[in-house]
Amino acid sequence: MACSHPTNAPHPKANSASTTIKGGTKAVAEGTVATFSVYRGTAESGEMKTYQVPVAEGMVVLDAVHHMQANDAPDLAARWNCKAAKCGSCSAEINGKPSLMCKTRMDALPLDEPITITPMKAFPVLKDLVTDVSWNYRVNERITPFTPKSDDTDNWTLYQEDVERVQEFRKCIECFLCQDVCHVIRNHDKKNDFYGPRFMVRLASLDMHPLDTVDRLQAIKEEAGVGFCNITKCCTEVCPEHIHITDNAIIPLKERVADRYFDPIGKLKGALGLNKSRK
Amino acid sequence: MTNPTSNVAYETHEHDVLVIGAGGAGLRAAIEASALGLKVGLVCKSLLGKAHTVMAEGGCAASMGYVDSADGWKTHFKDTMHGGKFLNNFRMAQLHAQEAPERIRELERWGAVFDRTPDGKISQRPFGGHTYRRLCHVGDHTGLEIIRTLQDKGVHSGLDVYMEATITDLLKDGDRVSGAFGYWRESGRFVVFKAKAVILATGGIGRAYKITSNSWEYSGDGDAMAYRAGAELMDMEFIQFHPTGMVWPNGVRGLLVTEAVRGEGGRLYNALGERFMEKVDPKRMELSTRDIVSKAINKEVKEGRGSPHGGVFLDISHRGAEYILKKLPGMYRQLLEFADVDITKGPMEIGPTTHYTMGGVRVEAESTMTKVPGLFAAGEVAAGMHGANRLGGNSLSDLLVFGRRAGLGAYEYIKANNPSTNLSEEVIAAAAKRVTKCFDSDSGENPYTIHKELQDMMQAKVGIVRTEAELHEAIEALKGFRARVANVSVTGSRQFNPGWHLAIELENMLTCAEAVARCALQRTESRGGHTREDHPEYHPHWSTVNSVASQDQDGSMNVGEIPLLPMPEELKALCEGEVGIPKPAA
Ligand SMILES: Cc1cc2nc3c(=O)[nH]c(=O)nc-3n(C[C@H](O)[C@H](O)[C@H](O)COP(=O)(O)OP(=O)(O)OC[C@H]3O[C@@H](n4cnc5c(N)ncnc54)[C@H](O)[C@@H]3O)c2cc1C
Ligand code: SF4
Ligand code: SF4
Ligand code: FES
Repeated sequence: MACSHPTNAPHPKANSASTTIKGGTKAVAEGTVATFSVYRGTAESGEMKTYQVPVAEGMVVLDAVHHMQANDAPDLAARWNCKAAKCGSCSAEINGKPSLMCKTRMDALPLDEPITITPMKAFPVLKDLVTDVSWNYRVNERITPFTPKSDDTDNWTLYQEDVERVQEFRKCIECFLCQDVCHVIRNHDKKNDFYGPRFMVRLASLDMHPLDTVDRLQAIKEEAGVGFCNITKCCTEVCPEHIHITDNAIIPLKERVADRYFDPIGKLKGALGLNKSRK
Repeated sequence: MTNPTSNVAYETHEHDVLVIGAGGAGLRAAIEASALGLKVGLVCKSLLGKAHTVMAEGGCAASMGYVDSADGWKTHFKDTMHGGKFLNNFRMAQLHAQEAPERIRELERWGAVFDRTPDGKISQRPFGGHTYRRLCHVGDHTGLEIIRTLQDKGVHSGLDVYMEATITDLLKDGDRVSGAFGYWRESGRFVVFKAKAVILATGGIGRAYKITSNSWEYSGDGDAMAYRAGAELMDMEFIQFHPTGMVWPNGVRGLLVTEAVRGEGGRLYNALGERFMEKVDPKRMELSTRDIVSKAINKEVKEGRGSPHGGVFLDISHRGAEYILKKLPGMYRQLLEFADVDITKGPMEIGPTTHYTMGGVRVEAESTMTKVPGLFAAGEVAAGMHGANRLGGNSLSDLLVFGRRAGLGAYEYIKANNPSTNLSEEVIAAAAKRVTKCFDSDSGENPYTIHKELQDMMQAKVGIVRTEAELHEAIEALKGFRARVANVSVTGSRQFNPGWHLAIELENMLTCAEAVARCALQRTESRGGHTREDHPEYHPHWSTVNSVASQDQDGSMNVGEIPLLPMPEELKALCEGEVGIPKPAA
């Protein structure tokens, strides 16, 4: 199944606005002014407001938001910290596509129509572009922490090739864009049943850590609800860290769950407690 | 406009220890205090996991000796003292060097996954001023690994975390700290924390400058709150201008290019294609200390040998695409995505950027306690560890070592004193009034305008190279800024209002800016992160003292000096001779 972008995007050109930047896409003519249509309001009420921002070379959408704050809307609420795609604070939907504002360059957007910026749809709006992402933090608390075999790290031998796939997952900057785009959360609001791609990645990083001793399969199947994912890969497409969420984290977890719970031999091994030694 | 606080409503939370700041230092302090059985509250301005620590790139210094087995704490100590030009609190430098390796091992136990050596140990890379290959790292996103590890440990440590809450004042009961006042960013509602001890871990002051690698959070809140509460600020003139910030495009000017690029073999060239570090530090070349490299770049640009956008060139392309993509993937993407430069193919343009605050709140080395009983400080907000110049990689390790010590220090203090947590209503009302008066002013200026001009002024007059005349001008200008900030106007409501937040932070930035300018004026020499064009050399007197700034009874700033702690002979002996030159990255 392929990823179809969010259908309820506020902007008709949602699907054509690519935020993938391949160095030096197109130069923006000097004096160009971009029009933005930005969500202003709370969860209860709000409207799209229009702002004009002069475009400078190499400018990103977050620069435009800062320009609006400094000149037209000092109380426009938006999160940011690093301005370098490292902290995962500035998540929003640009022309309907879940994106980091600090990483989306103006020269990669069509400027002949207003650029819409709306808050992430999967989470309740607090104000303007700021959403309540606290659910994600509560999910994280439910995950059993890393539990190594021994504490004697001087005697740990871990080769680069053993940790490479775990390191891929640990690059996650918790922008929650994958959570935002995933239809299980976004359209079906299964927050009670499914941890979402971000925490599939986290579970995979623990499950695949060569020294972790916890048998996590039961939790991955039941509490985390890995079965809710139907591999649309939308999460992988929006991940700013280019983590192969579906192929490298979710599918292997699904396979392990299937082996244990749906394959007769796996089931037997599970019943005898033989799976724990897999690592 | 009516004042939204005419009757002060607030919620109250009580803890044994309140930790302000959830970067590496704050998280590590909270984990320690909690492990010792204390009830801990942890407050941060952003969401958990978004503090500056997440941005650290190159690595965390600790003499594990996995790559160079000759390394040990004694060499790390010596390198740190030389890097700090001997103004460091030697005891902090010693504890840091001794304890850093154990703090790294602990992170591994908690789930951190560092890059590995071929024989399966933690890999360590060379960095400027370190004799050996010493920086434990994960590609070029080491800070992310560290903060995430601490965050995941923290959420299972029974902490009460208050995300997106800003503390605006420390509250006292007599001489002691007994709590803090703040607001929820989301709602603007007030919140009062009662605590037997308070640990500051709020980071630096870089937002007072125009060109900076620091985020909006670095408005010096911790320094300014501690100062108002009676603590001393020390060595504020020492600001680290990191040699390699991006210079183009304008939107990302100042954004850091990690020193790991030079650690992995990157070379600096001027517009004439000369490797100008040959003239400046022929032995260490690009891996000289940051103060020296920044000044060298500044000189090339000033003398007309700069790159098109006012920097110089940094080139790593000779290491080949495969190596660069493995060791510097973040930098590869950052330069490609923001500046259209492919660093596997050619050079990038870079220039100095305001990066790190060596100065900060003066603390006692073992416990991290400030002059104010019950108030502790750790991490970038604390002074002493790095002296006049910090070595790359020594901050992440500092956070771990002194974060833990702050938690421990607060525990010992509470055990010994069982302090009260009384707070008076008047003090709370005054704290509320201070932060809401900007809603009453209709005639004042927009906070963004004042901030921008303050940044321009600090960059121009209290930047990398300083003179007496310009510092006088800066101090004079700051008076003008103070009047403007006193009258600043804020529109909108208290609900998630960045304009309001900035208006409050501006006052803190001004206090820090004034301390930097006054201490810089006082120190008539050049050393580490403080360069005086009119006093270009070391001065024997200034080798023996730290600068201090404290608040006078009448609210004005007193600036003076205090003698360095005398260093024991056996430690002095360790510092003899020159700092070695690390072998290239393995
Ligand atoms: C781009 C970059 C790269 C770096 N790379 C390296 C490196 O490779 N190696 C290295 O050793 N060092 C590096 N450093 C330096 C190092 O990252 C920082 O010095 C360090 O992370 C500071 O940690 P901290 O815990 O003191 O503060 P931070 O991590 O900055 O945390 C400060 C915390 O205080 C909170 N806070 C501040 N004010 C308030 C308030 N008023 N109320 C409530 N909370 C408040 C913030 O919300 C935040 O949670 C780098 C720095 C930058 C900017
Ligand atoms: S988690 Fe599964 S269902 Fe959700 S976006 Fe990713 S692939 Fe699609
Ligand atoms: S997995 Fe990727 S998209 Fe999801 S939160 Fe992490 S960085 Fe963001
Ligand atoms: S501001 Fe940090 S990811 Fe955009």
